[in-house]
Amino acid sequence: MEFFKIKRDIPFMSYGRYTTAISLVTFLFAVFFLATKGLNFGVDFTGGTVIEVHYAQPADLVKVREQLAATGLPDALVQNFGSSHDVLIQVPLKQNLAGAKLSDQVMDGLRKQDAGVEMRRVEFVGPQVGKDLVDNGALALLLVSLGIVGYLWLRFEWKFGLSAIIANLHDVVIILGFFAFFQWEFSLSVLAAVLAVLGYSVNESVVVFDRIRENFRTMRKAEVAEIIDNAITRTMSRTIITHGCTQMMVGAMLFLGGETLHYFAMALTIGILFSIYSSVLVASPLLMLLGVSREDFIKPEKTDAEEVLP
Amino acid sequence: MNRYPLWKYLLILAVLLVGLIYTLPNFYGESPAVQVSPLRTSLKADAALLERVEKTLKAAGLNPEVIALDGNSVKARFADTDNQLKAKDVLIGQLGEDYMVALNLLSRSPHWLTNLHALPMYLGLDLRGGVHFLLQVDMKAALGKALEAATGDIRSALRDQNIAYSGVSREGNVLLVKFRDAEARSKGEEEIKQRFTDYMLSAKEAGGEFVLQATLKPEAERRIQDSAVQQNLLTLRNRVNELGVAEPVIQQQGADRVVVQLPGVQDTAHAKDILGRTATLEVRMVDDEHQVSPGAAAPFGTEMFKDRDGNLLLVKKQVILTGERINDAQPGFDNRNNEPAVHINLDGVGARKFKEASRENVGKRMAIILFEKGKGEIVTAPVIREEIGGGRVQISGRMSTVEAQDTSLLLRAGALAAPMEIIEERTIGPSLGADNIKRGFDSTKIGFIMVAAFMIAYYLMFGTISMLALAANLLLLVALLSMLQATLTLPGMAGIALTLGMAIDANVLINERIREELRNGVTPQAAIHAGYDRAFGTIIDSNATTLIAGIALFMFGSGPVKGFAVVLCLGILTSMFSAVLISRALVNMIYGRKARLAKVAIG
Repeated sequence: MEFFKIKRDIPFMSYGRYTTAISLVTFLFAVFFLATKGLNFGVDFTGGTVIEVHYAQPADLVKVREQLAATGLPDALVQNFGSSHDVLIQVPLKQNLAGAKLSDQVMDGLRKQDAGVEMRRVEFVGPQVGKDLVDNGALALLLVSLGIVGYLWLRFEWKFGLSAIIANLHDVVIILGFFAFFQWEFSLSVLAAVLAVLGYSVNESVVVFDRIRENFRTMRKAEVAEIIDNAITRTMSRTIITHGCTQMMVGAMLFLGGETLHYFAMALTIGILFSIYSSVLVASPLLMLLGVSREDFIKPEKTDAEEVLP
Repeated sequence: MNRYPLWKYLLILAVLLVGLIYTLPNFYGESPAVQVSPLRTSLKADAALLERVEKTLKAAGLNPEVIALDGNSVKARFADTDNQLKAKDVLIGQLGEDYMVALNLLSRSPHWLTNLHALPMYLGLDLRGGVHFLLQVDMKAALGKALEAATGDIRSALRDQNIAYSGVSREGNVLLVKFRDAEARSKGEEEIKQRFTDYMLSAKEAGGEFVLQATLKPEAERRIQDSAVQQNLLTLRNRVNELGVAEPVIQQQGADRVVVQLPGVQDTAHAKDILGRTATLEVRMVDDEHQVSPGAAAPFGTEMFKDRDGNLLLVKKQVILTGERINDAQPGFDNRNNEPAVHINLDGVGARKFKEASRENVGKRMAIILFEKGKGEIVTAPVIREEIGGGRVQISGRMSTVEAQDTSLLLRAGALAAPMEIIEERTIGPSLGADNIKRGFDSTKIGFIMVAAFMIAYYLMFGTISMLALAANLLLLVALLSMLQATLTLPGMAGIALTLGMAIDANVLINERIREELRNGVTPQAAIHAGYDRAFGTIIDSNATTLIAGIALFMFGSGPVKGFAVVLCLGILTSMFSAVLISRALVNMIYGRKARLAKVAIG
């Protein structure tokens, strides 16, 4: 079986203007939504309390809300979580509340109402922790970016490192844009997924770049655009199959992994889809724009000076 | 050209065998168990304890499946939780207070595996259920306490040397020692410089008074904060022992934070009560000279506290002793009148200070004050009958047996050097933990099957080989995680699935390359060779970038994210080994022997 039997190289570089325009528009949309709607930060970052409880029978949210109001928490957010039996209660951080003790008060109240209620999960994050997590997350993002640029610079050339990281940060911004647009909860595990995507989707660029470098050596007469087109066309089959397989795994997580893994897998899914696009249609045009040339890899041959011998 | 020397096959075989052995314990599952460990350092878990536990259980008609000595504890495994709970109650009744009896889970894997230290993967709290707390130590309070103690010490030092001073007070982080003349000040400076090396001194005249300013040296400040965290860690360990948790984790994180993880603990309210008991103890003198008047401000140098019955008492601000000087406290009885009593044992410094204070204050009352969340309550205020030396103190009178027990527990569990606050809590119920395991396992399994079906259909023989290599990759990854006893979390399980998906990349690269070479008209043998050879550089490059991301996540991540990072990094390493070495070995075994290969099944 073979999906891709492409006889002639596809002239990707000649579409450069359109693909760059598409990227730019998506990117600007993502930035727009990030700026206007902002990320819906989870309790990990904002601080507060999340309590997940399970009822033997479908839960009566109205009664739960009444009970919480009686406990002195009228502004608690109460919603179903995964099934009608499971309820998620979110209480924002407030200075005058009892901090870590809050969850005990809530559970006591709920037990009074229905003794069969089962505590599934409690998360309390104080205000000191959230800020640290944001700082550490930003630092990790910076370090990963620098590490990748540095590595690609060593292995290839600075032009490769720069265009790969721009392409992939573009993916990251788009993932964040999706999370802002749909107001999905941005938690610590989503951040982990975003960073993993950054490392993973660089793979994609690396594979194409590897081919480009090889082509510079083997296709001596070809233009730069032809070389890049050939590299992309010949790695396309691998690109689709690899990402397809990874996506199968991630898809299984998305549908079977439960609520905890859902957004983690969602971030990976968006990341994988856009990394295919960006490594082929963003990184490579950028590389051309930065003026990659054969001389970056192959030292011009030295012709020996003529010698007169007796 | 596609042949491996024998040693390479043997190496791969050996690695796979080791992988298999260390993966095995994960298949046996776990059974409920009871763990008995001594609470005092003077006691050891030894053959005698083992025998005692064995006999106790036998007498109660309980038959553990396995009973063995493990580290500094005796563990007994049972067939079901019913027997486990019964055994716990029996053991608690028989062994008394010197031993901790905790519920635990023990692997059912056979003995020879355990002897090889082949243990199942260490499951994180989100998979096994339990509580995670992050506590912040109040450093300002730790320094304040040290400074407060120093004011008392400076006073008594100056008095000892008969140096006339007019007052010692604290203003923020500065101690002010006031003298009447310059001569006394220089004498005092000499004395303080000698005995209080942690302080920097500077002289100053203000309002006709000769003042000496003492501030803590930066290194002393750091040392005080360090030891405050250390003492709090120790105190927390003692308190957690009271809870009876099998494998608690109590660690310092950063400069001023402490992580406490209690696997399997369900009663979080109780755990929080015990941990968050930010109690500190202070011994001070009761001020009987002034009249207590409710509502009025306490006279200068005194504070007003309530005792347990709600009566108000005036207590001097000067602290004689703090809880850290208490070595041990036990409930017991007064041997004169058989009333319930608490016997306290002080350390050397505490004994000396107590002796001095009791000598100077015979006939007066001393108050033991318990501070919780900044509010003080007088536990007891006994009258000092005589000078008490040797560091042994007995408190008795108007106390019930239960009160004596409570008081001694509070004294013994130790006071915290500085108050702590819970700034993060994550509790996972046992049912959610079990669900998480199932979900993680299911998604990995389904994903793996889908990928396998596709790869085999698409690449035929080479796809089958790739999947065998991928299976080996999974085996090695699980073995590595079991071997290192790295904590497996739910994101960690996601990491396993993700690395498997990513590991396919290497195989696809190789297979695509071989196809391409074949299309170019190269002979099958040469195509296989070139495929593996040329793909290798690309595999290294693409894995290295993911590894960079993994390492950064490990450095900056916390909790579950760290678990993901560990799996990601290890998975990259095992996938390189399996995709390059194992799949090549399989290909060589199948195709390498034939000199003239006309066709390969690569689809």
